[in-house]
Amino acid sequence: MNRLTYIGLFIAAILIIAAVFAPFIATHDIYAINTAERFMPMFTNGHLLGTDEIGRDLFSRIIYGARISLEVGIIVTLVSSLIGMVIGAIAGFYGGWVDKILAGYLFNVFLAFPGLLLAIAMVAFLGPGLEKLIFALCIIGWVGYARVMRGQVLKVREYDFVQAARALGASNMRILFTHILPNAVQPLIVQASLGMAGAVLSEASLSFLGLGIPAPAPSWGTMINSAQQTGFQTVMQIAPHVLFAPGIAIALTVLAFNFIGDGLREYLDPKQRKR
Amino acid sequence: MKYKILNFLRQVGLLLLVVWTVVSLVTLLIELVPGDPAIAVLGDNATPEQINTFNAKHGLDKPGFFFTYTNGELKWHGADNRYLDYWKGVLTGDLGRSFRTDRPVLGMIFERYPNTIKLAIAAMFIAILIAIPLGVLAGTNKGLLIDNFSSFFALLGISLPGFVIGPFLVYVFAVKLEIFSATGYMYPEDIVLPAVTLGAALSAILTRMVRSSVIEELGEDYVRTARAKGLSERKVVYKHVLKNGLIPVVTVLGLQLGVLLAGAIITEKIFSWQGLGLLLLEDGIGKRDYRLVQGCVLVISITYILANSLTDLVYRRLDPRIRLS
Repeated sequence: MNRLTYIGLFIAAILIIAAVFAPFIATHDIYAINTAERFMPMFTNGHLLGTDEIGRDLFSRIIYGARISLEVGIIVTLVSSLIGMVIGAIAGFYGGWVDKILAGYLFNVFLAFPGLLLAIAMVAFLGPGLEKLIFALCIIGWVGYARVMRGQVLKVREYDFVQAARALGASNMRILFTHILPNAVQPLIVQASLGMAGAVLSEASLSFLGLGIPAPAPSWGTMINSAQQTGFQTVMQIAPHVLFAPGIAIALTVLAFNFIGDGLREYLDPKQRKR
Repeated sequence: MKYKILNFLRQVGLLLLVVWTVVSLVTLLIELVPGDPAIAVLGDNATPEQINTFNAKHGLDKPGFFFTYTNGELKWHGADNRYLDYWKGVLTGDLGRSFRTDRPVLGMIFERYPNTIKLAIAAMFIAILIAIPLGVLAGTNKGLLIDNFSSFFALLGISLPGFVIGPFLVYVFAVKLEIFSATGYMYPEDIVLPAVTLGAALSAILTRMVRSSVIEELGEDYVRTARAKGLSERKVVYKHVLKNGLIPVVTVLGLQLGVLLAGAIITEKIFSWQGLGLLLLEDGIGKRDYRLVQGCVLVISITYILANSLTDLVYRRLDPRIRLS
């Protein structure tokens, strides 16, 4: 593990603390509008990061925003990795025409299609909302896990101990769960960490485009979107921190999970460690 | 030779399958709209006659697919359905008429498309301009300060989304230094900030690639030969190493052209750049013009898929080692 991994773990720990203890950390009501105190600069009137376009406390909203980001990230990562693992395992384990249809066709279609665009299209037709957003992100997210899982299954199933288990008359399910899965889990963890970064980024992107989590909720992407809607030029002139603060939060979160993913990959793959 | 043709055919077959899936998906998307699309577009106060005329005009009164399955009963509708109609339209270059403006969707798209292409090409140009020198410097100075700097830069570029980079660039170059204007495209240089925003991720990826490919090529035998015959290090790097090292870069460039065209939507929103992404977002999704959304999604996806496939082909041509393997 290199230094960046520890930085990533540190940021992730702060995020989790912020998300779990948000009510205790936040200094203000995140929905309290105060039009007299619009676009306040940092460190004024007890507002650590100032206020946004309708006078809400920015710091408290960012803290609560960690909840949304992590919630979406974790659910999307769990659901899409589960779907991906099942489909990937089926493709790799059964091979033949099953594999041809799944890996040859289905994987390629999802990889050939720009992921964010598919999510945008689905949310556009379904309408905005947290559940719909999570659904759309799972639809585009599973294929990465499926590909990794399939590759691992193809590799592991040729190993001697799997052949031995088969010779002893173990069932397909038993071979899959007790022999192949534990050996395929390492690259999946790496993929999950990178996938978490991707999910957080996609949530922020869709929310920024106004297609994610609807407005009063303190989603970081939504915050940038609503601040920008009051006039990009004006905000940039008088209160750029309203755009920067949620932006930095997004960037740090994405960086953290990318760091962790890269570090884990290095740690789990000795071949890469030497370099 | 026979194997080659078969391989080519298989690739084309897969491409057609993907395109078929995309068109089908786009056609059936409208079924996802909660409630009646006509009411969504016309509003709750629309009279039944208005709704009927609207549905008839846009083919929404027809069944969505060959058959429907409701309450455990399979109903066959035959060839007169919306799915087949959309296909007929696509093949004759007709993506239907906009629900809002009643103009042909394809015309609206082609009005905006040049702006997006312009932005994507500018972004690519900037990315190359940054990535090649930085990557070569990092690769030839492996492990030194400049290498660490370029790795850090690459990491930032990959992790920072456009809606973080964009405002930051605007703040520095438009608000503080007043070199560029924040939005709009009155002057040719107005493209710089959006292009850098869009190209940042690409330049980061390219820098990493150029670096690793320079490091790899520097260990090859021909480099030793070139050095042994007394070529200057500069010549070795720029004439020999870079030429070989750029092969993977070309692939990524092609693949990323598709990503840029599809990803321009965020950059276009930040800078109010009147491209295809903004058309999809504001005129399409914002005004619930579902026909326009279908058209935009279709055109962007097809561009993306074609860019990917073409790169694959060019890549095979470029490097005989790949072609033969």
